[in-house]
Amino acid sequence: MSTQEHTVTHIHRDDIGARMGMWLFLFTELLLFGGMFILYSIYRYTYPDAFHLAAKDLNTIIGTFNTAILLTSSLTMALSIAAIQRDRKSLSIFLQFITILLALGFMVNKYFEWSAKFSHGIYPGSEVLLAKPSGEIVFYGLYYVMTGLHGLHVIIGMVLIAIMMRFTYKGIIKADSYVKLETVGLYWHLVDIIWIFLFPLFYLIT
Amino acid sequence: MEKNQEKHLDNSHSYGNYILVWLALMALTAVTVAVAGINLGGLTVATALIIASVKGYLVLTIFMHLKSESKTFRVFVSVALIFLIVSFILLFSDYSFIARN
Repeated sequence: MSTQEHTVTHIHRDDIGARMGMWLFLFTELLLFGGMFILYSIYRYTYPDAFHLAAKDLNTIIGTFNTAILLTSSLTMALSIAAIQRDRKSLSIFLQFITILLALGFMVNKYFEWSAKFSHGIYPGSEVLLAKPSGEIVFYGLYYVMTGLHGLHVIIGMVLIAIMMRFTYKGIIKADSYVKLETVGLYWHLVDIIWIFLFPLFYLIT
Repeated sequence: MEKNQEKHLDNSHSYGNYILVWLALMALTAVTVAVAGINLGGLTVATALIIASVKGYLVLTIFMHLKSESKTFRVFVSVALIFLIVSFILLFSDYSFIARN
């Protein structure tokens, strides 16, 4: 059998390999955020009182609301995969669209939260912040870097889901071939898991 | 259809199952916010982390399909998580030992 014949009769596809590849990438993400969580735990151990004091100024209501938004977006993402598995193309596209809307809502809340902090003069390197005790400077440094990096992941996720919406619309993602949507789903759920841990550590210190 | 293009339309991939998991996640969020208001002393952080871990477990097994994936995936993820936790414990215990002395 010639190679040409082989490629015609057998289009190579390895869905398990694709998902495994995504998981391997997610492990590197885990290390990226894991390092920051170690930094957080060490500084919180060093400055327990300053962390409590600084965390009181964070808006718990916005934090809780954003947690609910992100959890719901994970649900719609999972449902969109369930829909394409059942050949419900337009339902899947609709659910992906809702996921993007929820992610946008998350970022809008983040925008208001950060601008409220900025208007109080609290941003990295500001005079107001630098006048505070070193524990609080460290807390806000970690807060901006960790929620900022998480926010960046949310934006990347939104772009990826938008591309998947187009793929689904064009029939590249379909009932018997949806591994692309699955891997983007894996990424999106990891972003959700990271927030699940960020939320109590920053917003719920009493 | 090839083996590696399997469809898994078992119970764990049903709409209803996902919605149930979502309800559990929302309930756990409510619990963690409510508990944060109570002063449990040294257990406050532990409680928050345990609840967060339960939520993470639900997302990993149901939303990320680990429950219905082959065993290889579960072994991979478990090894990665165990290494992360071990490095956390080692680094943190080392630091707290240095800080105390």
